[in-house]
Amino acid sequence: MAVKVIIPTPLRAYAGKQESVEVQAATVGEALSAVTTKFSDLKKHLYSDDGRLRSFVNVYVNDEDIRYLQKDQTSVKAGDTISIVPSIAGGAQR
Amino acid sequence: MKRIHTHGVETYPHECCGALLGRDGDGSREVADLMPLENRRDDSPRNRFEVTPEDVRLAEKTAREKRLELIGWYHSHPDAPARPSEYDRDHAWPWYSYIIVSVQNGVPRDTTSWRLRDDRAAYDSEEIKTVAHPAGI
Repeated sequence: MAVKVIIPTPLRAYAGKQESVEVQAATVGEALSAVTTKFSDLKKHLYSDDGRLRSFVNVYVNDEDIRYLQKDQTSVKAGDTISIVPSIAGGAQR
Repeated sequence: MKRIHTHGVETYPHECCGALLGRDGDGSREVADLMPLENRRDDSPRNRFEVTPEDVRLAEKTAREKRLELIGWYHSHPDAPARPSEYDRDHAWPWYSYIIVSVQNGVPRDTTSWRLRDDRAAYDSEEIKTVAHPAGI
């Protein structure tokens, strides 16, 4: 089923400058996989080398944080919107 | 710039953080307003900061309401150089501008701005030009 994945502004350059991408998926994991397969340059900014979502990358389905649902196994239905929102973190080297 | 320095002094010896709202131009960008935010890393605030995704969404919404873009973030390095750390790099995205102010013994010193490269391997520094601004930035 078709779901919409909103591409955050900093990553649009890696997704054909599109604000959103529509993909066919049954779960959040499938949707993100479809997007990063279509736009491979996105992958390193969302996933770390071990294939896990980077710790500061948060994913929402219609405003619900998937960490409180079934994470990447969270099911999606036609018309759902998936948002990718970073936490901003950093700090001095000590 | 003055407001970033003031925020860094206020929170010293803890790190301050906030959002940069402005306009992304061709080859340059302008910070038109700031949105100071609370450092949510209360376990290690002297050398870490965190802006929650809820605060990020609030900053995006605020930028839209002001007809601006969320173009980056600022934070302070208390008693440490104004250079991005490995930890900064691991937690950054390209495109955003990351301004860092070094606050030494409670006094703001160097201020730098950085952008992460596409391959995430390193940052490039950005020149900062300060202009008189009605908002006192």
